[in-house]
Amino acid sequence: MFYRESGDFKKTYQKDSQTFPIKFDRWRYYFVMLVAFVVVPMFLTDYIANAVMIPFLVWAIAALGLNILVGYTGQLSLGTGGFMAVGAYATYKLMTAFPGMDMVSVILLSGLITAVVGALFGLPSLRIKGFYLAVATLAAQFFLVWLLNKVPWFYNYSASGQISAPQREMFGVIITGPHATPVAGYLFCLGFAVGLAWIARNLTRGRLGRSWMAIRDMDIAAEIIGVNPLTAKLSAFAVSSFFVGISGSLFFSVYLGAAEVTEAFGISVSFSVLFMIIIGGLGSIFGSFIGAAFMVLMPVLLKNVLVGAMGWPTDLAAHFEYIIVGGLILIFLIIEPHGLAQMARVLKEKLRLWPFPH
Amino acid sequence: MSEPLQKMEAASKLLELKHIDLSFGGVKAISNISFDVLEGEVRAIIGPNGAGKSSLLNVINGFYHPQQGEIWFDGKQRHSMKPYQIAYQGISRTFQNIALFKGMSVLDNIMTGRFTHMHKNMLWQALWKGPAEQEEIENREFVEHIIDFLEIQAIRKTPVGRLPYGLQKRVELGRALAAQPKMLLLDEPMAGMNVEEKEDMCRFILDVNDTFGTTIVLIEHDMGVVMDIADRVVVLDYGRKIGDGTPDVVRNDQTVIDAYLGVSH
Repeated sequence: MFYRESGDFKKTYQKDSQTFPIKFDRWRYYFVMLVAFVVVPMFLTDYIANAVMIPFLVWAIAALGLNILVGYTGQLSLGTGGFMAVGAYATYKLMTAFPGMDMVSVILLSGLITAVVGALFGLPSLRIKGFYLAVATLAAQFFLVWLLNKVPWFYNYSASGQISAPQREMFGVIITGPHATPVAGYLFCLGFAVGLAWIARNLTRGRLGRSWMAIRDMDIAAEIIGVNPLTAKLSAFAVSSFFVGISGSLFFSVYLGAAEVTEAFGISVSFSVLFMIIIGGLGSIFGSFIGAAFMVLMPVLLKNVLVGAMGWPTDLAAHFEYIIVGGLILIFLIIEPHGLAQMARVLKEKLRLWPFPH
Repeated sequence: MSEPLQKMEAASKLLELKHIDLSFGGVKAISNISFDVLEGEVRAIIGPNGAGKSSLLNVINGFYHPQQGEIWFDGKQRHSMKPYQIAYQGISRTFQNIALFKGMSVLDNIMTGRFTHMHKNMLWQALWKGPAEQEEIENREFVEHIIDFLEIQAIRKTPVGRLPYGLQKRVELGRALAAQPKMLLLDEPMAGMNVEEKEDMCRFILDVNDTFGTTIVLIEHDMGVVMDIADRVVVLDYGRKIGDGTPDVVRNDQTVIDAYLGVSH
């Protein structure tokens, strides 16, 4: 009825290759943007911002980055936590070394530094594939965390071994440090998330993205066509690490404020980002967001329901949270192994014909 | 048979292999094979199973590096090159068992074939608007010509994994054609097809040869097809060349007949 492509003829290739070819989708996208940028900030409370929205956006960026590597290029990586740590520490070093630098530059530079580190650790991917590559990237995870913990220069020789974000302003609004308002932090992260999602979409639909997917689907045929496996894989590692680095950077500077590398960026971070993209959908930008939403929102939601609405004791609820989230992951993966994004795709296919399926 | 002969006299050598030797450990896959491919011809390589046909294609393609021998392509001698560099020289191919990108649509698969013709760097692609989009649209136009040519308009947005075998073969041909190759290598393009699909494929191969002037090297087991569409045929057996010439010559060659039918000792 409302979700129709009939009668909507595309007369140029430009129109034919747009991100949302169906009018309803386009309007829904504008609507979501409006809600995210205008409506949400008006009603944002401290709790919602710090427990839900900011972590959601930060994890969504990390998931986007990992999805480029795992979902689009087919290179399994368990180094996400380590790369996020690189982003976070790069931000810390830049913020303390150049106090006058504006935050956007700091974060983009941190992303670039992480991209270089990521490309370096992507070198084994030229020789190793699949699970073995995952083990090789695990080395990156442990090595980077060890390095950042071991060399005091990275945390400016602070006694606690922690890094903490100094206060920074943009356009006169405080966005980092203890006095930052949640709305500012939220909008800052949202800007990055939307911008990076747009870049991810552009890269994955163009020449570079096709070379990534070609390497993922059939590397021999990709080579025959002219794709150099070296550049394709390393560019995927670099772009992915750029995203992950920015995510780590925001995670530290906007969300946590202070971090200690072994706690904040351990191996469990790598796994949880990997789960996000598996649940959300490999090779899907929407999937990265929905996977992050699932992993961030579900525990919060359950806690509110179990403790808030049903009055369970907190410790019992905390354990049940794990059980229920684990169970839900299982159920979703059994119903749709290709993730929530695939579910949405199937729903859309059905919706195109609904309510007259013939 | 006069027409292909005329074509041959006018044309120059596009590819020439001289005394190629290829072995894996102790196994000799190819020994001392020399032959040439003329510009614009359809050249078939035939031979019983394990004769070294696919290995030869892989040598031309750069997957295998022969221990001995020279390869001349387009007037230049080739020194050890990676397969992706050879793609830039103008050789593309299809595979015996389909090697399409299963997760991508037909359109994306064929667009990937345009890889060597697209040059905008990563930053332009990240922006999309502007030069990258322009380049994308130009190449899309070319790809649409190929889609029209192969008559697969209706399935251009279907993921290739969902297509039947015959159509997948056709898409793979499309992907190879999208690169606008000087030379097209086809590894058993008709394997596993029914008569009708074979006829379609034959027509496409001949059309490609006629309209684009692409030189074609193909491996095929269906002798009827080979004798019909090839200008010249190379026959291999146990890694050696046992016959070379026009289909008529090869058909009546005693060594070739012996290799195919066996000889009583």
